[in-house]
Amino acid sequence: MAEIKSGLHYTKSHEWVKVDGDTVTMGVTDFAQSELGDITYLELPEAGDSVSKSEPLGVIESVKAASDIYSPVSGEIVEANDQAIDAPESVNSSPYDDAWLVKIKLSDSSELDELMDSATYEKFVEEEGGH
Amino acid sequence: MRTEPLIYELSKPGRRGISVPEPDVPVQEIPANLQRDSLGLPEVSEIDVIRHFTRLSHLNHAIDIDFYPLGSCTMKYNPKINELMSKLPGYGSIHPEQDPATIQGAMELMYELQEMLGEISGFHQVSLQPAAGAHGELTGVLMARAYFEKRGEHQRRTVLVPDSAHGTNPATAAMAGFDVVTVPSDDRGNADVEKLRELVGPDTAALMITNPNTLGLWDESIMEVVDIVHEAGGLVYNDGANFNAILGIARPGDLGIDIMHYNLHKTFSTPHGGGGPGSGPVGVAEHLAEYLPGPRVAKVDNGDVTYDWYQPKHTIGRIHGFHGNFGMHVRAYTYIRMNGAEGLRQISEDAVLAANYMMNKLKDRYTLRYDRTCMHEFVLSANQQKKNGVRALDIAKRLLDFGMHPPTVYFPLVVDEAMMIEPTETESIESLDKFIAAMIQIDEETKTNPDYVNSAPHDTFYKRLDEVGANRNLNLRWTEEKAEELVAAD
Repeated sequence: MAEIKSGLHYTKSHEWVKVDGDTVTMGVTDFAQSELGDITYLELPEAGDSVSKSEPLGVIESVKAASDIYSPVSGEIVEANDQAIDAPESVNSSPYDDAWLVKIKLSDSSELDELMDSATYEKFVEEEGGH
Repeated sequence: MRTEPLIYELSKPGRRGISVPEPDVPVQEIPANLQRDSLGLPEVSEIDVIRHFTRLSHLNHAIDIDFYPLGSCTMKYNPKINELMSKLPGYGSIHPEQDPATIQGAMELMYELQEMLGEISGFHQVSLQPAAGAHGELTGVLMARAYFEKRGEHQRRTVLVPDSAHGTNPATAAMAGFDVVTVPSDDRGNADVEKLRELVGPDTAALMITNPNTLGLWDESIMEVVDIVHEAGGLVYNDGANFNAILGIARPGDLGIDIMHYNLHKTFSTPHGGGGPGSGPVGVAEHLAEYLPGPRVAKVDNGDVTYDWYQPKHTIGRIHGFHGNFGMHVRAYTYIRMNGAEGLRQISEDAVLAANYMMNKLKDRYTLRYDRTCMHEFVLSANQQKKNGVRALDIAKRLLDFGMHPPTVYFPLVVDEAMMIEPTETESIESLDKFIAAMIQIDEETKTNPDYVNSAPHDTFYKRLDEVGANRNLNLRWTEEKAEELVAAD
């Protein structure tokens, strides 16, 4: 069973969000990495780029497929995780810690209310996950 | 482990395959400043070359060796008479810049093929230029763009693509400068008509539909889908990659489709991949005929029938050097002539029957998401096997031990652990049963010995390859230094 951390916010496209004041850190969930399989490549935006909620902010590639990474919120990129880009396998081994992907400065904190909490996401994965 | 060296590694200075005769014309020296010291070409004898490539061929799988049910790719048998015809000197030894008067036979064949493809699919005109399916798609979408520009409908910027379409469809639309909007599937695997109604509008340029779709299902709402898009003023593009299912049964042109590409290397039995270049002609309804790429072949009847090149009035221009992959036109023409109208219908009926037979024999073992009569292919899910830790990829690898090519895996994306199986029409019942038996045995193994499946293949020359390593550490260019490192590491 994929790990779902409490205290984080989640999207339907399987990204996690950790809130710290007006800045959030985001990555992809353990469920997402297990579905994708071995990650081989990451493409992330650069500091200063602006992103919009539910729009693609980057690309994640595995042996199986290439998928968009969707921005969970709107705002400006503060930092991208260069270590994760250099070692994409860290998304498989540590999706919530080492392989955080970007930090975003929120432009509208009310968007956070539209994300799921861990219990809701767990239910969502159970229902949607098995296809 | 290294097996067959590269031909460069077999090279020995001075070794030759052939002896070039003494020149019978005066020798002209190439100026020193235009000469290179080395071309870096391998120097090998004839028998070295023959043995090298024969050994490599033993490591390969091909339709000429065994079953090859690679869904979506229609890996059908390529009749050998196609090859024979394409090598006739009047087809194989001509040049596209010859005077048309000297290549009338080849031009007649192209004209006839244009006409036959049009008749089989219900389209007014066909261009043979595009070199592959996705190239045909791009040609079609560029024609749609030119069509709306000519009509002054510049606001038509959106192309709708159902989520059961081929992955190239949205890529094509984006490449032609359109915005792509996805149309979801309904619970029977058809394009969701209600959602489509909400999505069309004055910005709709086209809908790109793959029908039969990539789940191997005929879209039961196709007439309604076409009407909705037409009422909004858009065009309907049909990805004809799955045309093998409906030859002589349904004509996309009659359904109101405006544009379609054909994959001659699928439906019309010309070789795939390394076997030969592809060919993706495009057919269109009458209102788009003048936008086709040119030059095309026209029949001129002044008492004497001749063939000539001509440019359609609003042509989008050339999309390929000369006239497309002509050798493939000869092969497809031969295939159509060898089978005739009744034979083509039989091909589709047999392809659909074979797929349904296999689907029904396997659906108790592997999950079938849409339990409907399928067309020429079907998609199973390994989601039950995944509970035992066996994934579609592992099943595919295990199938190699049975001497058969695996199906397409992990496509389409809308099915978890997808395995897309397309037997084609030429397989005997024994060969279908052999594959079914292998799939049943593998399913048993996932319960009794999943590790054996997960470590497959066991009986092939190469075992499980490190695909992740190959992806993470791309190493695509041969150099002498790398070769020496490999030899040293052996």
